[in-house]
Amino acid sequence: MTAMKEIAVVAFSQSDCLARAGAANEVELIMPQLRAVFGQVGLNNAQDVDFVCSGSCDYLQGAAFAFVAGVDALGAVPPIKESHVEMDAAWALYESILKIRMDQAESALIYGFAKASAGELPTVLSQQLDPYYLAPLWVDSVSLAAMQARLLIEKGLATEQAMAGVVARARKHAMVNPHAQVSGEVSIETLLAADTVVSPLRESDCAPVADGAAAMIICTVDKAREWGVPYAVISGIDHRIETHNLGMRDLTDSPSTRQAAAGAGVGRGAVEVAELCAPFSHQEIILTRALGLGDDTVINPSGGVMAGNLMMASGLARIGEVFRRIVSGDISRGVAHATSGPCLQHNLVAVLESA
Amino acid sequence: MSEDTEAVTRIETPVYLQYNFTAGRAPARFLERIRQGVLTGQRCPRCANVYIPPRGSCPACGVPTEEEVVLPDKATVQSFTVVAIPIPNNPIKPPFVIANLVLDGANISFIHLMSECENSEVHIGQRVQAVWKPEAEWTYAMDNIRYFKPIDEPDVPVDRIGRLPIGGWEDEQ
Amino acid sequence: MAQPDVLSQAFELGFTYTRSTGPVVGRFLTGLRDRRIFGIRASDGRVIVPPMEYDPATAEALDEFVEVGQQGEIVSWCWVKQPRASHPMDTAFAWAMIRLDGADVPMIHCVTAAAEEDLATGARVQVVWAAETRGYITDIRCFELIGE
Repeated sequence: MTAMKEIAVVAFSQSDCLARAGAANEVELIMPQLRAVFGQVGLNNAQDVDFVCSGSCDYLQGAAFAFVAGVDALGAVPPIKESHVEMDAAWALYESILKIRMDQAESALIYGFAKASAGELPTVLSQQLDPYYLAPLWVDSVSLAAMQARLLIEKGLATEQAMAGVVARARKHAMVNPHAQVSGEVSIETLLAADTVVSPLRESDCAPVADGAAAMIICTVDKAREWGVPYAVISGIDHRIETHNLGMRDLTDSPSTRQAAAGAGVGRGAVEVAELCAPFSHQEIILTRALGLGDDTVINPSGGVMAGNLMMASGLARIGEVFRRIVSGDISRGVAHATSGPCLQHNLVAVLESA
Repeated sequence: MSEDTEAVTRIETPVYLQYNFTAGRAPARFLERIRQGVLTGQRCPRCANVYIPPRGSCPACGVPTEEEVVLPDKATVQSFTVVAIPIPNNPIKPPFVIANLVLDGANISFIHLMSECENSEVHIGQRVQAVWKPEAEWTYAMDNIRYFKPIDEPDVPVDRIGRLPIGGWEDEQ
Repeated sequence: MAQPDVLSQAFELGFTYTRSTGPVVGRFLTGLRDRRIFGIRASDGRVIVPPMEYDPATAEALDEFVEVGQQGEIVSWCWVKQPRASHPMDTAFAWAMIRLDGADVPMIHCVTAAAEEDLATGARVQVVWAAETRGYITDIRCFELIGE
């Protein structure tokens, strides 16, 4: 890792987490975030960076090639170097880092967006499963997470009380997050008093699905100095995936997160803050354990995705949240996590440090 | 139990998903105005290009567009094709003409039908005008315009297509 | 003029896919059509149901089919109070991870029960076949609890 080019995060912006962004199209969702990150660095448009990579999923809104429509927000005349991942934009960040490390670019714009409210998200996500054995049954994402939660509870690795505790803390943290969809003081007792929706999960255990967008600009450290903007360094990043066969995975653990954490060098220093992409409360418990985080780490100071799960941008936003805290001087080292697939199948871990 | 004895090698796995499409600000504004029989584009604050239908940005400059521009319903043929195969579930019978048309005052083409013309005489640079449905049938849709038909105006040279003023070809000349 | 209300239009998106099964999935689905359930032996000896073409740990091609039982045990489950339109049941039901007798890896399918209280991890269930079996995972209509 030491021989590799250091990557600096220089700008980040995210939209409010909206239950329905029906009044905006893709371009209108993305544009304010792009203008914000260009403004933070003093750039005009995508012509001023060497590479652009976005993350989105056309299935979520049922609009084929919606990600191409998003290019209308960039200023792609004359043509730019552009790429797209059908994943959370945290993986667009990963691709951009590779592009810079391969000396193909010195800077990159990354953005993710979704209008998941156009469809029934848990049902849409059922179609990412095995097309022979699972997709024809239409097993939805909430039900799969619920079975994972029960395994965790019955193995004694979590309790409904602890899960409600995750939610209560997240909502409390989210009170200082201006983009939060859900925030406020709520007691564990109040949360547990609600009925389950897909037992053992309550509605509060499921992150509120949000429409919106997030954007980030990264570059080499030399470029960041040239631009004269504050930056945080991505000192490590790695991602790992587990088998698609849910029956063959230990759903109470996240070995892929543990491996990615080792690859990213999480253990090489103190973790002051960890922003984890856990769309279900019990998954934060799994991730905290897999990352080896202790009481000295503040988990999800933004409220995490429990404050609003910006589909296809939440992972990137976790990295952005850690970046913001480092650049503001609040912390000097933090960890960000992104996930993809059912029951934490695929996990990305990044370590950010002050310059 | 099935009578089949052959091994299963293929399965049908149709996927049907329900969605609710929402148009967004700029397209909603365009559709609201076309319901009133008015064609409304947006002008880029940087390069001044006019886009219709508008999407809320200038794709060339990467900046938001807000200024609205009401455009006439006269256009120029930028390109066209004669289609010999039917459109599924569409009453239009082939052969018919689909053209890229640029409205006067706009800088980008859209696709629409041409009719009341000899297909063999349709050509690039040809001047056309919208034939609207009766006002009672107007809704939030581009097909409030039934089709475009040729009009008696001189052809626009290729290098002027997409650059005419709002006043049209006659103003230009 | 005031901004119009949000304009929306409901629509259905359809993908009319036909899939080639390949020999391993095809063998399993052929088994279902004949009301038999086959798993496959993984490199470490475990029996995987439904069968996978390749071992997830070693990437080795797998080809040793093993017929397993039509009864099994619930490994985990969740109770769906309000089924979605796409779900295979229209009244409250359970999704479950079910380890069939003779298998080592649980499979996911649905379980009918009168009430959530009737279900438990470790409960025994058995296959309910569809009226007509045609070589689809839905040939297993659901599982049901084995009555005492």
